[in-house]
Amino acid sequence: MEKTPLFGKSADELKEIVLQMGLPAFNGRQLTEWLYKKHARTFEEMTNLSKKTRSLLEERFTVGLTNFSNVQTSSDGTKKYLYPTSNQRFIEAAYIPDDDRATLCVSSQVGCKMGCLFCMTGKQGFQSQLSAGEIVNQISSLPERDQLSNIVYMGMGEPFDNLEEVMKSLQILTSEWGYAMSPRRITVSTIGMIPAMKHFIEHSECHLAVSMHTPFHEERKKLMPVENVYPIAEVVDVLRKFDWGKQRRISFEYIMFKGINDSPRHAKEIARLLGGMRCRINLIRFHPIPDTPLESSSEATIQEFREALLLKDLRTTVRASRGQDIFAACGLLSTKELVKMQTSDF
Amino acid sequence: MDTGLSSFVKKLPLITLPIHNIQEISRDTFIISFERTKEFLPGQVVALTLNESIPPRLYSICSSPDEFSITLLFSVKEGGILTPQLASLQKGDTVRVSGPFGAFLGDENPAWWIASGTGVAPYRSMMRSGLGVNKMLIHGGRTADSFYFHNEFLTAFGDNYVRCCSQEKGEGLYDGRLTQWLRNQSSLPAGNMYYLCGSAEMVVEVRDILISKGVGIEMIMSEIYF
Repeated sequence: MEKTPLFGKSADELKEIVLQMGLPAFNGRQLTEWLYKKHARTFEEMTNLSKKTRSLLEERFTVGLTNFSNVQTSSDGTKKYLYPTSNQRFIEAAYIPDDDRATLCVSSQVGCKMGCLFCMTGKQGFQSQLSAGEIVNQISSLPERDQLSNIVYMGMGEPFDNLEEVMKSLQILTSEWGYAMSPRRITVSTIGMIPAMKHFIEHSECHLAVSMHTPFHEERKKLMPVENVYPIAEVVDVLRKFDWGKQRRISFEYIMFKGINDSPRHAKEIARLLGGMRCRINLIRFHPIPDTPLESSSEATIQEFREALLLKDLRTTVRASRGQDIFAACGLLSTKELVKMQTSDF
Repeated sequence: MDTGLSSFVKKLPLITLPIHNIQEISRDTFIISFERTKEFLPGQVVALTLNESIPPRLYSICSSPDEFSITLLFSVKEGGILTPQLASLQKGDTVRVSGPFGAFLGDENPAWWIASGTGVAPYRSMMRSGLGVNKMLIHGGRTADSFYFHNEFLTAFGDNYVRCCSQEKGEGLYDGRLTQWLRNQSSLPAGNMYYLCGSAEMVVEVRDILISKGVGIEMIMSEIYF
């Protein structure tokens, strides 16, 4: 019988597990602490559990942490870690150190089914969902774990297409019994799956980033098929209905494509769409992926676009490009490593 | 923090409707019909589930807006949660359904309609709505029985209906994958729109092929079964 991993279970689930094994409830609390506070990787390390208890756990469970299998380091210090998943696939996590902060970009799915035109991960199709344990493992098994200041769910996959496990991973990261991180240090990025996004807004306090990439419906349909069912205008309408308080942040991600979405007309429409909303726009340089017809806008165009948005009172930044020499942002490493276990049949 | 999905599903604007008809039209592939309570446009989808414990999935409508029922096409997904249960339902059982929505809409301009598996559903709705003129339908499937509604499509499209079968040979079937058929085309009609509907893998691969053959991204419309 395959053993069940404990990493990724909530405090309540761990308590339930030990009770079902006929063990005292406090063993559940001890397990929780070993998994999420003391970062134990084996049952042997859990020395305040009796030998018999450890042996019982060992018979039925694994701790469930997985080491990375490969790492690439950029000349700017960015590192891309490759983690194997339970079904012989691979996911990427990008560690991005900066002067006063260090961010980890985590994956939420193996592959992706959203099919955005500009995305390398989409080219490997959808392989499987990640469990909450596999999501948090990217943090727990990171050599630089203790230096992390921020976590962004912007790696492989659409987080809100794996809502239950993503929400559970956020619970582990932000609960007192878990990593006790401030939700203000975590950003979840979505292409705008409205029903799941609403659930996230209501049940989490983490920041939200929405991939916009063009404010025009017909254009966005060509770049992002999700626009067919969840148009960006409706996404913005939904966001306006929530009280975001003073600390919680909404940002809109905007990759700049030469001749596609970088005109003054686009800036004007963004200003109309987001007018009066307290939000930030992140302009992102496009780093071409194989076989793409898209090119990045020039530096001058990006700066002009930023100026145009600033003039409309929209807080706009240009994201620094990091890890370009290791393709840190695009899913290329895992696609290369992916062992094609199946042949497509269409 | 409550992460429970039941509250998520409970808040969705779904209504309960009895099933008018459910029928296995091919191995592990079904059509399911229920009352049409709202107008819709051919190409639109509905969200459908059974209860609050199962997140809804989106399904393209395969009937025409003129019919009294809305009909959906679905395949039973191995290891899936929703579709095996859906397949066990009978006439009179109920499903939870959203109103129609979506912008993968057909028009009367010349186009190629490209689908894999149940991705053919919106094209049937479009065809039944009179939008099948100037269209070519290219459908990919594994087996000879996976070309759903093929009699209707043969009647409507004749030679402009291509069935690409990757695992079986048969009369009237192209022997190979849909992507192979596309790669073998020496030229693609200029000025046509290209509609793609089906799995993410198919859509991404076909889109790359079309682009490599000179089709502009503004001419490609994609609908992925999320």
